[in-house]
Amino acid sequence: MTDFVVILISTILVNNFVLVQFLGLCPFMGVSNKLETAIGMGGATTFVLTLASICSYLVHNYILQPLGLEYLKTIAFILVIAVVVQFAKMFIEKTSPLLYRVLGVFLPLITTNCAVLGVALQNTAKAHNFTHSALYGFGAALGFSLVLILFSAMRERLAVADVPVPFKGAAIGMITAGLMSLAFMGFSGLV
Amino acid sequence: MYELLITHPFISALTALVALAVVFGGILGFAAVKFKVEGDPIVDQVDTLLPQTQCGQCGYPGCRPYAQAIANGDAINKCPPGGQSTINAIADLLDVEAPTLDEEHGEESDVKKVAYIREDECIGCTKCIQACPMDAILGAAKQMHTVIADECTGCDLCVEPCPVDCIDMIPVEKTLADWHWDNPANRTAVQHHDIIATDKQPSNDQDQDGAAA
Repeated sequence: MTDFVVILISTILVNNFVLVQFLGLCPFMGVSNKLETAIGMGGATTFVLTLASICSYLVHNYILQPLGLEYLKTIAFILVIAVVVQFAKMFIEKTSPLLYRVLGVFLPLITTNCAVLGVALQNTAKAHNFTHSALYGFGAALGFSLVLILFSAMRERLAVADVPVPFKGAAIGMITAGLMSLAFMGFSGLV
Repeated sequence: MYELLITHPFISALTALVALAVVFGGILGFAAVKFKVEGDPIVDQVDTLLPQTQCGQCGYPGCRPYAQAIANGDAINKCPPGGQSTINAIADLLDVEAPTLDEEHGEESDVKKVAYIREDECIGCTKCIQACPMDAILGAAKQMHTVIADECTGCDLCVEPCPVDCIDMIPVEKTLADWHWDNPANRTAVQHHDIIATDKQPSNDQDQDGAAA
């Protein structure tokens, strides 16, 4: 039980994928302009990341390892991720057309979100078992959603704040992301 | 078989990837059938917000084609019968900024109007019948025409084709049956009378602050 809690805290706060490991920065900057979009993106990424880490664990342990094909893991994981994202896209298009419209191009772009591939590769590198892999992916997605939502809430306020002209727009966003990253470094003493 | 796969890494790699691709392709194919989207649900939602006058003032043959066009990215401010409230509702649905009404497609009138045919001047040409999108004009060739007031949406598409200009758009008078209080969402009223308590500064003060800074 303790290791579950440790994995969750470690992935959400201490080794946060976006702000500490700097994976998945593209959607972090791209979809954080509005809070609602960020929540939708967080949900979609959580779905994809958890499912992709489970699937890539199964593919790695039951197909690649018995055949001695570990060197194929990168391409196999990319295949898995592409399928899961495509599946998520169809699922969202059916269940929530508005979210589908709002996410737009960023939904297929989850495929190229390196956090997803990063989680799968780290799972194999750390030799996690099935539950730990699933939890690691889920925790990473929660961490991603957390900072995405926090960041978008800040950007919504920044949009109406009196920012000096040279810093308007993306520049102040980058600075804010840097400050958030510094703040998350403070969690490194937790575990 | 297993022996062959183990001893030949090339064959085993090929088999594994092809098998994975086939399985995933099957899953996606199944999902494509299972989660098939019939039509575009956005179109339906926009269509219910439009006033259904079928007047064609937006440049499309009716409300549903315009809803289709909106879903494909056309401007949402081309509907004079719906007016600003419809634009706001669509903007809310699509999560975009609400533009003001495009005057090019006609002006929003505050009072509801219906067409009225001055019957002693009507020559029975049926041109207005063909123009009416709601089929609200009754009549036949060389017979006097008349408008069914309940069906008329006041789109004034019948005024233009009439060769003797005998169609008037007359405002519908309010009766006890359809009178109601004005909507409270009147922005100018809020600004002028401070109906809602707020700590927001009036906008001209902010401008002065900005200039001073």
